[in-house]
Formats: sequence, C-alpha cells, structure tokens
Amino acid sequence: MGLKTWIACAALGATVVTGAGVAVAQDGKAAENAVKVRKAQMQIYAYNLGVLGAMAKGQLPYDAETATNAANSLAAASGMRIPGAWLPGTDSESFEGSRALPAIWENGDDVRAKAVALWEASTDLSDAAGMGLDEMKAAFGPVGGACGACHKAYRAPAN
Amino acid sequence: MRIFPYALGAAALGFAAFWLLTRPAPSDPAVFAVLTGDVTAGEQVFYAGGCASCHAAPGAEGDAKLILAGGQAFATDFGTFYAPNISTNMDNGIGAWTVADLGRALKTGTSPDGRHYYPAFPYTSYARMTDQDVVDLYAYMTTLPADPTPSRAHEVGFPFNIRRGLGLWKLLYLNDDPVLTNADTPELERGRYLVEALGHCAECHTPRGALGGLDTAAWMTGAPTADGKGKVPAITPGALGWSAGDIAYYLETGFTPDFDSAGGHMADVVTNMANLPSEDRDAIAAYLLALE
Repeated sequence: MGLKTWIACAALGATVVTGAGVAVAQDGKAAENAVKVRKAQMQIYAYNLGVLGAMAKGQLPYDAETATNAANSLAAASGMRIPGAWLPGTDSESFEGSRALPAIWENGDDVRAKAVALWEASTDLSDAAGMGLDEMKAAFGPVGGACGACHKAYRAPAN
Repeated sequence: MRIFPYALGAAALGFAAFWLLTRPAPSDPAVFAVLTGDVTAGEQVFYAGGCASCHAAPGAEGDAKLILAGGQAFATDFGTFYAPNISTNMDNGIGAWTVADLGRALKTGTSPDGRHYYPAFPYTSYARMTDQDVVDLYAYMTTLPADPTPSRAHEVGFPFNIRRGLGLWKLLYLNDDPVLTNADTPELERGRYLVEALGHCAECHTPRGALGGLDTAAWMTGAPTADGKGKVPAITPGALGWSAGDIAYYLETGFTPDFDSAGGHMADVVTNMANLPSEDRDAIAAYLLALE
C-alpha cells in the first residue's frame, strides 16, 4: 500500500461508515442533510463521468483538456471527506428516500476498501485522461467497475 | 351411505388425474447423445445465462464466481429459496449428472431423480434453449472447480412444499413459445434468444400473477423485486427512452445514459454481458427496441 493510498484510506475511513468525529446532532435535519450531500456527491460523479463517457461513446469529440478537467473533478470528489455524510440511521430501512443499504454500516472495512478502489481508479483516470482517447477509455473502465462493485453490494433498488 | 362409494371413486379419480397431470417430464438422452459440446461456446452460454450470478457463493467476486457452491438466499412470497451447489462435486454438486440430466433440468425444471424444481430456477426461460447450447454449457461446466458445500434446503411452507403441485403450475406457465413473435432479422432472432431464453430478463422485469407465473401481456413492463422492497424498472422502449447504443453501452459498462451506474443484481448481469461479443449486446438492444 503506497503512501497516497494510505492517506486516502485514512481520510475516507474517517467519514465513510462511521460518520464519526463529527458533532452533528442525529436529528431529522442532520439525517436529511446527510442523504442530500451523498446524492450531491454522486451527482458530481455522474456529471463528470458524463463528460468522459460522451467522449468514450463518440458523442463528444475527444479533448485532452476537457477530459483532464472532468477526470480531476471526479478524482477530487471521490477523495472528498464530507463530515457526517454517512450518519448512522440514514440507511434505506430507516430513512425515506435513502437507497444506502444497512449493510454499509455493518461492513466498514469492505465499504472503505471499495471507496478507496474508486478513488484509486479515478486518480488513474486523471493521469490518463489527457494522454489520448484510447488511454482515457482504458482508464474509464475500472472506474465503472468500482461504481458497480459498491452499488451491487450496497445500493437498494429504486422505489 | 350410497353416496360414499361414489365420493371415494371421485376422490380416487381426482387423485389419479392430479398424479397424471403433475408427472415430471421424462429424461430424453437420445437428443443430446448425437451432439458434441464445445467448451468455448459453452462459456458464452454460461455468461449469457447468468449461472454464476445465483449459484456462486454469496459475495463471491472474480475467479471465485466460477465456484458454483450455491448458498445465495432468495426471499419471495412463497418462501425463501437457496441456490443449490451446481459445482462439479460428485456428492454435493452436480458432478455426477449426465448431459441429459442438465438438459432436463434446464428445459423442463426436473431433477435427475424426477422431482419438480421450484421456478426460482428460471427454467421457464431456459425452456427455450437450443439443445446445442445445453451440450456446450455442459462441456464448459465440467471444467469448473468442485466444491463440497452441501446445498441448503429451501424454506417453503404448505402448500408450496408439495413439489408435485408444481406439475400443475408448469401446465400453466412452462412452454417454449416465443413472446416476441415477429423477430424477422437474424439480429432480432439472436436478441430474442438472448433475452427470452438465456438472459431470462423477464424473470425480474415482467410482473407475475397471483400464482407466480409471468404475465406475458405485460412483458418487460417492470415488477416489484422478489422481496417486495423495491421495483425492477420497465425496459420497454417507451419506459426506457434509450437508444440502441445507450442500451448496448449500459450492458457493457453499467452506465446509464445519465451516468448512473447499475447496482444490485443488475450489476452482476452487466458483468456477465460484458463478457459477450458486442454483437450480442447490440442484438439485445435491437430486441428491446422492438417490443410493444
């Protein structure tokens, strides 16, 4: 495990799952905000993935600078440490509108590993995005894999 | 008193009729004996059929998905079903099966010892499989590892625990008729085969009636999840609004057109579909766009 990964682990570990170290009162508002901010973070992922994906699908001409900017935003968002975002009691069984399965709060180590996997894949994508369309596409696949791995295990179906 | 013998006779007749109607399908070894299995082709059938999605151990990833130890639980209105061990283990898997045993199981939902399987095993879709695909799949599955984990018994209450009753259910719902009747190009035909037979997409995406049979009149219009906690989306063209390229790209990468990413069981489906040639994903897209 490299230093970069270690720092990411520590940063993500602190927020993902436990939501610890934050003095957010566990009232309705805090829970609502937690779900909101998680969804907002996913929206940032989706927005930037959309830019890169449109290039990968051939719907948008490849541009190294645009691709790099999108990949950097994605990497920054996936390494973001948002206090209280994973507040206990905001799972799909406890909070209306949440699709985060309760298992997230039971499998801390696995969730952390999956979060780090996304951060690593998007960091690699940052490095590759400006190097050409094929390089960007090759690095794009593992990001999708990281999204899917977490959604498969930890996201409830839509309602 | 006089009525009694008649009642008894009627009951016996009723029972005989039930027994006759609920007979499991016989084995048919001759069909498969003339065919030769191809391991590489069988691997494609394996991915298209999604075998590992249900039969790998719970939480298995990567190469561990090829160990078909079973154990995943499927909670439904009729009880909780546990996917059995279908690895090559001789005692606890299906290592002792013949190719005819596999064909009978897939296409008629009948075990080698002549009992009905519960339709949690999607044989109502696999019934449409070609015999060649059965033989190829058999050839591939014999190359997979053996695992000794014993299969777990299903938790099913009365009356659903009387397997013989499934014979009546099969009379209602088991057939190999195509649902999309006008598949008039090779691509549509391939798409229909992948969707209606191997991919068994309808098993989740089509609603079921009170007896648990698929409502083919509402084909792919979405349904509650088996555990009732969520919804499986409609994938008809009107409901989805995706292009053929969008559908094929989703099946390859898991990304929707707005770059949400597939989750739950569909994430497994995407992993499987990504292993197929791109023409197959295009064929599935063509099929879905031909619905309605």
